[in-house]
Amino acid sequence: MEGSKIAVQVDDLTVAYNYKPVLWDIDLTIPEGVLMAIVGPNGAGKSTLIKAILGIIDPIAGSVAIYNEPYEKQRKKVAYVPQKGSVDWDFPTTALDVVMMGTYGKLGWIKRPGKKEKKAALEALEKVGMLSFKGRQISQLSGGQQQRVFLARALVQDAAIYFMDEPFQGVDATTEIAIINILKELRKANKTVIVVHHDLQTVPEYFDWVTFLNVKKIATGPVKDIFNDDNLTKTYGINYKVAVNQ
Amino acid sequence: MGAQLEIQLIAAVVAIACAIPGVFLVLRKMSLISDAISHSILPGIVLGFLITHDLNSPWLILLATITGVITVVLVEAIQKTGLVKEDTAIGLVFPALFSIGVILIAKNANDVHLDVDAVLLGELAFAPFDRLLVAGTDIGPKSLWVMGSILLVTIGLLFAFFKELKVSTFDAGLSSVLGFSPVVMHYGLMSISSVTVVGAFDAVGAVLVVALMIAPAATAYLLTSDLKKMLMLSVIFGVTAAVAGYWMAHLLDASISGSMTTMLGLVFLMVYLFAPNKGIIAVMYRQRQQRTEVSLLTFLLHLNNHTEESERHINHLNEHINWQKVRSRTVLELAQKNNMITISNSIVTLTKKGKEFTDLALEYIVTNKDEKIEPMKDDFFLFRG
Repeated sequence: MEGSKIAVQVDDLTVAYNYKPVLWDIDLTIPEGVLMAIVGPNGAGKSTLIKAILGIIDPIAGSVAIYNEPYEKQRKKVAYVPQKGSVDWDFPTTALDVVMMGTYGKLGWIKRPGKKEKKAALEALEKVGMLSFKGRQISQLSGGQQQRVFLARALVQDAAIYFMDEPFQGVDATTEIAIINILKELRKANKTVIVVHHDLQTVPEYFDWVTFLNVKKIATGPVKDIFNDDNLTKTYGINYKVAVNQ
Repeated sequence: MGAQLEIQLIAAVVAIACAIPGVFLVLRKMSLISDAISHSILPGIVLGFLITHDLNSPWLILLATITGVITVVLVEAIQKTGLVKEDTAIGLVFPALFSIGVILIAKNANDVHLDVDAVLLGELAFAPFDRLLVAGTDIGPKSLWVMGSILLVTIGLLFAFFKELKVSTFDAGLSSVLGFSPVVMHYGLMSISSVTVVGAFDAVGAVLVVALMIAPAATAYLLTSDLKKMLMLSVIFGVTAAVAGYWMAHLLDASISGSMTTMLGLVFLMVYLFAPNKGIIAVMYRQRQQRTEVSLLTFLLHLNNHTEESERHINHLNEHINWQKVRSRTVLELAQKNNMITISNSIVTLTKKGKEFTDLALEYIVTNKDEKIEPMKDDFFLFRG
């Protein structure tokens, strides 16, 4: 990755809930074009890190730059897939309509989505294999299908950087493979993909970059260099034996 | 325009103006907030009235709206301490503000037409008496103009910010990332709700205003899975209940606001019972069908597993699967109706279609892959999740 641009630069980021820090002084440099996993135990602040980078939560200290500019100026370069459980799936809307929401950012205030946006949304649905479900009410979709719809919504944002909060949570094996294939395609197109991930076993297989996080940053870098017992132990506090395919 | 027609028109306009923000309050699970606002704007109204001596003055509306927004801010501030939950915070804030209003009325406004009864129940019947005069000409009841203006603003904002409202209601995180601040949308909605409550307050009172906001939206929610349709249905339910309520009051010589609220409740009850998908009767029917279909599947799997005739005799099935006669007959009939089995000499045989169905169902049970059973969802409740 030498010589490549820096997609995300985080400096001295500290986030607190009720004056209790959940992220301490995080420095993080994410080069362009990596497929990165953020791993760490429950309560390590993985989701919080993403949310703070995206300005959903205000940090109490530190700064974030997306391609050398503050986030507010770079919104259109960023796509976000929140945790599936963070929304109410009984909301009266269809799969297609949820994907259309991905186009709202580029439209800006007041302007409505038109034919162009609908076409983009249909293409994204097709990419995730959900075209035949476009008119389905979202509560009538299975967990894996809901996750695919979320992914399609991010694809339609046509961003440079994708942030995903546990996209593999509660999905079956087929959906997991479908999702990871799309993420790998994004990386091939030189997009940067940052994923909060739980399954340590699949890190070497799915990702080429990894960040270990547990309130503080433990390590960040290429999977082949730093995904080892030492860092796993530092992050999870117990001796983790994970087979690393070097 | 006769007084009767004017009252109905005011009721209809109030109903529409309340139904629109109500849909978003219901979807945001903030129904109780509207209750809080409708009560806690009272001190704002009283203060405004004491200053302006006019219940329809824009200053009064502004002051009361500010009190409404303050309510929301206070509720959120108390909630943020993490010491109490949202419902408790609401329960703490609005009675406090409301009681300040009650004391203010008792101390200062005894001699004017502002009393606690009117505040709670409104005085729709008197609304036509308060006329708006422009250059000496009577152009209609004042509250119709006030509510009409509020409704126009609400509709304008709804059309302008429909997609922003939708995305911030469905997914605040995404909304924030896209640049549509959920905080701005939240307080925008709270402000418009407060304005509406204040405007409707004089006509229908603090209690009915809540019903007009929440009941139509809750009713529409049972009938549709499309936000636009939900908005339209809410408006229709609100107006229908308002007008029907007026005539009920007329016939029974009873309170208009009370009758309107009763109608809202009745409309909800009817839809709750008879809605095609989410209604109680539909749900009960579906559950019964699902029970039968589970039995059918069990039966087909049994046939699939046993080729020997002794296992496929009708009487044997009764004993074997351990069902009562009635249930066996229902299941046999359902299977025959779907051409899944044939019966000759009391021996049951799976047809080709029955075999295919069983294999698909088996595969679904084993793999839990939804795609396999997509075509079956149309015919069988069991697979509709």
